[in-house]
Amino acid sequence: MDPIIAAASVIAASLAVGLAAIGPGIGQGNAAGQAVEGIARQPEAEGKIRGTLLLSLAFMEALTIYGLVVSLVLLFANPFS
Amino acid sequence: MLDVATPLNSLLVAELEVGKHFYWEIGNFKVHGQVFLTSWFVIALLVIASLLATRNLQRVPSGMQNFMEYALEFVRDLAKNQIGEKEYRPWVPFVGTLFLFIFVSNWSGALLPWHLIQIPEGELAAPTNDINTTVALALLTSLAYFYAGLSKLGLGYFAKYAEPTPVLVPLKILEDFTKPLSLSFRLFGNILADELVVGVLVLLVPLFVPLPVMALGLFTSAIQALIFATLAAAYIGEAMEDEHHEE
Repeated sequence: MDPIIAAASVIAASLAVGLAAIGPGIGQGNAAGQAVEGIARQPEAEGKIRGTLLLSLAFMEALTIYGLVVSLVLLFANPFS
Repeated sequence: MLDVATPLNSLLVAELEVGKHFYWEIGNFKVHGQVFLTSWFVIALLVIASLLATRNLQRVPSGMQNFMEYALEFVRDLAKNQIGEKEYRPWVPFVGTLFLFIFVSNWSGALLPWHLIQIPEGELAAPTNDINTTVALALLTSLAYFYAGLSKLGLGYFAKYAEPTPVLVPLKILEDFTKPLSLSFRLFGNILADELVVGVLVLLVPLFVPLPVMALGLFTSAIQALIFATLAAAYIGEAMEDEHHEE
């Protein structure tokens, strides 16, 4: 592989994961905070809130995973090399 | 990439082989043999478990039968919650198959020491860490919800694209493409990421330290199976709901 392409791919891969982690991080923090608030208000609804929270957390995590998929493609199946 | 890992391989059983496959040539096609081997294993496991559970049915379930009834109830509730009381029954097998296959695949990748079995190239791992498996499952889901909508509403299904306003038609068409894309990438990415994280940690510290991450991996794999099945059921339910005749 051309060293410039290799360097660019590695930088791009790290940026892809790093930037993709920002948004979902904020989102997951918000969701978890709101869920804790909900549980504090209504402790009897804890089971339901936890289930919904886990499901929505996984959705948000998927966004980071998309970035990860892009970076994995760049590292292991680079179309430009 | 990651060639540093190779001298330690014999010692640590932690290979990071992404993008290397054990190719089988069938006709003009090159297929990823390692995925077939592990999928067959998972399928065999599920079939044997079902046969064992239904071989000697008792009125008061115990042991295996009890466990499988619990699994069936879980899957049925999942379908019922998403599709609705009236329509869910014919879709339980589909949603249940998706859930069980993905769940057992994910956990087999995390729990079974696949790496001890040497194959000529690539490595055995969870079938769901190959993009082809997840894309196939996602496309099946697409077909299923189109079938559900068309068989329930006829061509009126496509009239739903123009609801609530015709402005949204391009977006709704785009959604038909993004649904399988996001379904497949979510599952593939999560499972591969999990295996990579465990692999890297095992490479750095071979003992004890990777255990919490492995436990987290078990948890995420279970959640991912649940999410895939829930979403498939939700898409099917959404395709079948009829806004005009809601009581």
